Amino acid sequence: MTLPLALSQNTVNLVYAAAAILLILGIKRLSSPATARSGNLVAAAGMALAVGITLFSPGLDRYWLIVAGIAVGSVIGIVSARMVRMTAMPQMVALFNGVGGGAAALIAAAEFHRLAPGPGGLAGDILAGIMFSALIGSISFSGSLVAFAKLQELLPGRPLTFPAQQVFNGLLFAATLAAAVAAAAAEKQVWMVALLSGALIFGVMLVLPIGGADMPVVISFLNAFTGLAAASTGFVLDNVALIIGGTLVGASGTLLTVLMGRAMNRSLANVLFGAFGAAPSGGGSPGAATSDGQMVREITADDAAVMLAYASQVMVVPGYGLAVAQAQHATRELADLLEGRGVRVKYAIHPVAGRMPGHMNVLLAEASVPYPQLLDMEDANPELGRTDVALVVGANDVTNPAARSNPESPLYGMPILDVDSAANVIVLKRGMSPGFAGIDNELYSNPKTAMLFGDAKASVERLVAGVKAV
Amino acid sequence: MNAELIFSLTIFALAVFLGFELIARVPTLLHTPLMSGTNAIHGIVLVGAMLVAGTADSTLEQVLAFVAIVFGTVNVVGGFLVTDRMLDMFRRRPDRPDRAE
Repeated sequence: MTLPLALSQNTVNLVYAAAAILLILGIKRLSSPATARSGNLVAAAGMALAVGITLFSPGLDRYWLIVAGIAVGSVIGIVSARMVRMTAMPQMVALFNGVGGGAAALIAAAEFHRLAPGPGGLAGDILAGIMFSALIGSISFSGSLVAFAKLQELLPGRPLTFPAQQVFNGLLFAATLAAAVAAAAAEKQVWMVALLSGALIFGVMLVLPIGGADMPVVISFLNAFTGLAAASTGFVLDNVALIIGGTLVGASGTLLTVLMGRAMNRSLANVLFGAFGAAPSGGGSPGAATSDGQMVREITADDAAVMLAYASQVMVVPGYGLAVAQAQHATRELADLLEGRGVRVKYAIHPVAGRMPGHMNVLLAEASVPYPQLLDMEDANPELGRTDVALVVGANDVTNPAARSNPESPLYGMPILDVDSAANVIVLKRGMSPGFAGIDNELYSNPKTAMLFGDAKASVERLVAGVKAV
Repeated sequence: MNAELIFSLTIFALAVFLGFELIARVPTLLHTPLMSGTNAIHGIVLVGAMLVAGTADSTLEQVLAFVAIVFGTVNVVGGFLVTDRMLDMFRRRPDRPDRAE
């Protein structure tokens, strides 16, 4: 069955051009706070236009298959996007990115199956496009699933390494490339299966040794990968909408990845292949000593509340612990109370606080924290020197002084918030377990530092009660 | 090289530069929504999946294309909705007049 009003390819391409313009305007508007939300809608409209007009493509058949697929995908997409909590947003982005990459790989596999062994063989550019989509799409799919599993804590966040891992990965990648070349040369399905399997395993192996703290960079990197895989299917199918849409994401995603890497003072190569050398110490149980035996000082919520209430400036340093405990509203309440007493309250936002750049801003915006109180790292560090109490809520690696002082530390060189320059530090933390990077934090054994153990939300609520009672 | 390929490569090269230019000055505040938004945009791969489904011959190809359509749709629909939810957080609330931009 073909649709009676199938349009000419020229008409369809014209509409694709209009859709591409909407996608471009959408990205443009997404990059400015005032227009961001409308930008998302404009891009979505462009996407709807591109998908809609594709139904009228000449020679298109099997509408039941297409409509059923879109229906199933829409239900899954709507339900998962509606159900997810704001804190779980990063892993959701990883998941959506993964299925996009998977779609590109499946398109490559299906086209290869249909065309090969073609009569007289396939054109070189089509073959190259198929192999590239299959390779990059599969890596993005399995890599994103591992990133999802790490963020969802289905897998440990620390780097998973084994001896000679890089040699193994190198050989695996070489073998996968060889399979791609063989598939292109022989046009045999078995080589395509080998290519897909190799690329899927490589995607897993690529992300496993990467520590949780680097996960935002990895997701952004894989996001760019999926864009390129989509663009590559555009070359296979000779479709300009795919080329433009995919390439825009490939390019902007690459730039975003570089910007994030720069914020952490690490090159992309270092993130991908510089698996943290030191084996992280296990120590997950709450206790009063770091795993190398340093003693830490505990404080009661009431004592901490008194310190806060009589400070002239308090700097809140939020981290992932605040996000998982959903403590942003309680923190806002605490800040309001303190401000009512004349205390200046500011927030120090590390570029990768939470799980992604900007993640913490989203969570604090949800709790209606005014923007001017949010300081980025460059502004926050000088302010910390004038701060009476730095209140660290569930942040760990981004406050670790070892990043400044200890060249042996895997974190060495990463810009951090100089929390230890404040007069006093109160750290809200569940227990003495190391952070997402799996490394002890010497901040905790600093004599200025007092620890308040417990769930971040419960602790902040106890502080609120304490300040009210002062 | 045929004319179509050269045309495609030209489009590709221009889109690379455009992609860099578009987000060159994005504030950190918007990094996560922007990543999520561009994530939805590469769901354009759905268009490719539809075209492949429309020409699929064997059962295997139809199955592959069907899964690709489901994946692509999840990418598009989920991606745009999640981005919208994130950006909803930045909406100015009328009940909070003290809230500055």
